[in-house]
Amino acid sequence: MEQNLNWLIGGEAGYGIMNAGLAFAKTLSRGGLYVFSTTEYPSLIRGGHNTVAVRASTKELNSHEKMLDILVALNHETYELHKDEVSRTGIIIYDSSKDELKAKNVVNIPLLNLAEQASNKIMRNTVALGASVALIGYDLNLLNGVLESIFSRKGNEVVEANKVAAKLGYDFAGSNHEPILKLEKQKAPKRMVLNCNDAISLGALKAGLKVFAAYPMTPGSSILHFMAKYERDMKILVKHTEDELASINTLVGAGFAGARAMTSTSGGGVALMSEGIGLAGMTETPCVIVNAQRGGPSTGLPTRQEQSDLLFMIRLGQGEFPRIVMAPGDVEEAFYETINVFNLADKYQVPAIILTDKYNYASSKSVEFFDTKNVKVERGKLLTKEEALKETDYKRYKFTKDGVSPRSIPGNPNTIFRATGNEHSEYGDITEDPVNRVNITEKRLRKLQGILKDIKNPVKLHGPENAKLTVVGWGSTKGPILEAIEGLDVNFLQVLYPWPFPKEEVEKVLKNSKNVLLVEGNATAQLGQLIKEQTGIEIQEQLLKFNGHQFYPHEIRTKIKEVL
Amino acid sequence: MVTIKDLNTRTQPNWCPGCGNYSILTALKMAVADLGLDPKNVCLTSGIGCGSKLPHWINTYGIHTIHGRGLPVATGIHLANNKLKVVSIGGDGDGYGIGLSHFVHSCRRNLDMAYFVQNNQIYGLTKGQTSPTSDKGFKTVSTPFGAIEWPIFPLSLAIEQGATFVARGFAGEIKHLTELMKQAIQHPGFAYIDILQPCVTFNKKNTYDWFKKRVYKLEETGHDPTDKSEALKKADEWNAYYDDNIPIGLFYKKDHEHYLERYEYIKDKPLVEHDISNVDITKIMEDFV
Ligand SMILES: Cc1ncc(C[n+]2csc(CCOP(=O)(O)OP(=O)(O)O)c2C)c(N)n1
Repeated sequence: MEQNLNWLIGGEAGYGIMNAGLAFAKTLSRGGLYVFSTTEYPSLIRGGHNTVAVRASTKELNSHEKMLDILVALNHETYELHKDEVSRTGIIIYDSSKDELKAKNVVNIPLLNLAEQASNKIMRNTVALGASVALIGYDLNLLNGVLESIFSRKGNEVVEANKVAAKLGYDFAGSNHEPILKLEKQKAPKRMVLNCNDAISLGALKAGLKVFAAYPMTPGSSILHFMAKYERDMKILVKHTEDELASINTLVGAGFAGARAMTSTSGGGVALMSEGIGLAGMTETPCVIVNAQRGGPSTGLPTRQEQSDLLFMIRLGQGEFPRIVMAPGDVEEAFYETINVFNLADKYQVPAIILTDKYNYASSKSVEFFDTKNVKVERGKLLTKEEALKETDYKRYKFTKDGVSPRSIPGNPNTIFRATGNEHSEYGDITEDPVNRVNITEKRLRKLQGILKDIKNPVKLHGPENAKLTVVGWGSTKGPILEAIEGLDVNFLQVLYPWPFPKEEVEKVLKNSKNVLLVEGNATAQLGQLIKEQTGIEIQEQLLKFNGHQFYPHEIRTKIKEVL
Repeated sequence: MVTIKDLNTRTQPNWCPGCGNYSILTALKMAVADLGLDPKNVCLTSGIGCGSKLPHWINTYGIHTIHGRGLPVATGIHLANNKLKVVSIGGDGDGYGIGLSHFVHSCRRNLDMAYFVQNNQIYGLTKGQTSPTSDKGFKTVSTPFGAIEWPIFPLSLAIEQGATFVARGFAGEIKHLTELMKQAIQHPGFAYIDILQPCVTFNKKNTYDWFKKRVYKLEETGHDPTDKSEALKKADEWNAYYDDNIPIGLFYKKDHEHYLERYEYIKDKPLVEHDISNVDITKIMEDFV
């Protein structure tokens, strides 16, 4: 029998909401359920309203949803803001330490008082988690296990205190209220709970990342934290640089010297990096840039959702040079395609951009361990010392059919050369010769054809091949769209690699489609513009959302019904 | 052994006749040859400007980058391959203007690399605008009524910001400059030399003759480069009010752990030589359960 839960915890920033949400998601996941959690937070350190929503199900989940079974209100504001999202059968756990609420669906639990009884009021979250476990008829031991792994670094005392807090909440809820459902544990393989930033980081490490340089910018910073945490275990070097100009140029240096290098940032950071990305393009130096989008322009909405950098990424930088843009729609794509992006960057000696966003960062999903057995690290025409030794008249930018030249690195014998951001000859020497200019520009741009051929799934068609309606989208709208089209005669064209633009693949699907609906998290239909520019096809029906929040599946479903 | 001739490249420098950069290039070649460095293990980076073209004319690995970013590119090369001798070079506009923050942070970071600034107190490549080291009152096309602000004093800045090797050289003293460069390249840490580089075309004030009348060698005065307060005093000898005496030579030097010193896993094998064909990430995946 299918079982579902939609749970949300909310309170002031500084209450430890994020950790509580993650702990709850892991508790559910360890019992074999599929989970999907989403956090919302304002750009504040203390105060301000934070939430984590956790969905759990016996079937795979890809998105957040609105109607709640349990709302955990750590303060009154949470109650006021979210009480209308609670379903008719749902309940509200309210911290009644100061005041009790009389509403019929409220379960008053003195979370703060119980936390103090356990040892410290900061554990009120843990009390709430214990209470939640009781009210869904779940196994407290699973929560205890998660508390152990989270707090073991802080010592046994902290672990035990948290377990006491959880038990107090569990017992109090259990003796004052009937469970609203009985969530059953499922037999399932071991699963991780992680977000796209985590998956990108893991993918990068698996791909052999060696130098990571970044300047903090939400929602890209968590990749910096991840890399810093694992720097020494993974034998890499991680630098929090003085600014994004330093980050990108450090990448160019590391890439030039032969190491795989990556940075992470958001739109503002990429804007500062654009000159350096051009340098990577001109010197044909591979490097990977993660742009986790947020609401723009300027500082915009620092902690909110938007997909408005697509055209910027495709055009970014002065002049004309090839680059790759990949926009993952979920954690699996974030992992596997990141590895592919590193390989492509090396094989074609170009900068590559991973275009993700706040929703992808703030959403964690349960997935099985990534399959790393079939991962291949491909470095293209990178010369080994032995290969370099055979060179007699080395041309770093040698004209070739595919536009890719044999790449040597400092330290290699017989291949000494100078690279430059100025226009240059095959040797790398500065020249403004008009014939050379044309030839070398064409050489660089020729690489785009090879990249296009090399990318196996630049687009994905989800659902039936022929359907009444085709939804078109990219990036993090994938989850909400997939849920929205479930059971309908609708398919979904996901553009996974918007650049180089997969013209043939997009045309093939759209020419076949009876009705098309474009779904994007921006105000100007950027993918729609690109499709029109590249194929001449104009998508009339559009659903655009740019209020700082991700689509709910039901919003998309409503629009689909309207169109059909 | 490499000779200076071996260090020549396919192309010829195209600086103006008499430009201070010719001497700087010669000094660098002599330094590399004297130290017996293998050119394939030397990597130069530079920013943009007349001086920043220098890597094209010395036969080592090199990358001529964008305006002000020679240092971060050098940083990336150093992180990726700490076995290379990395030298970054660029003009005063490049290093003290648009790239200033990289200069300051590189000093405090104490990366094991050398940084040479071709300081001609003018923007050469863009045809003669005021630079951050131009004197107050200096008239140029961008300050026709004279520069209003004070210049930057980069040596004091470097000493205060933790650079572990701070020197000034003069393009008119090639041998002296060569010796400084040799010491800088061998210094385990961030070694910085500000090089007085007359621009014969756009700076009609700070000429060879002007400098020759003023420079003197610190080594001949018994200056103790390990004494920070003395070093700062010497750095301040040529300031906004006085330019009668201009010390050149090693101002300051200290032994200090360099940035990568404690990273055990790159001691024998730089990152670029690590095997990345099958990195194990299982332990991290376990952390996400
Ligand atoms: C981002 C950027 N801004 C401006 C320029 C134009 N530009 C090139 S060189 C230069 C200044 C050159 O002065 P300096 O660094 O002192 O070097 P010099 O030419 O005197 O050797 C400027 C402003 C540029 N190339 N890039």
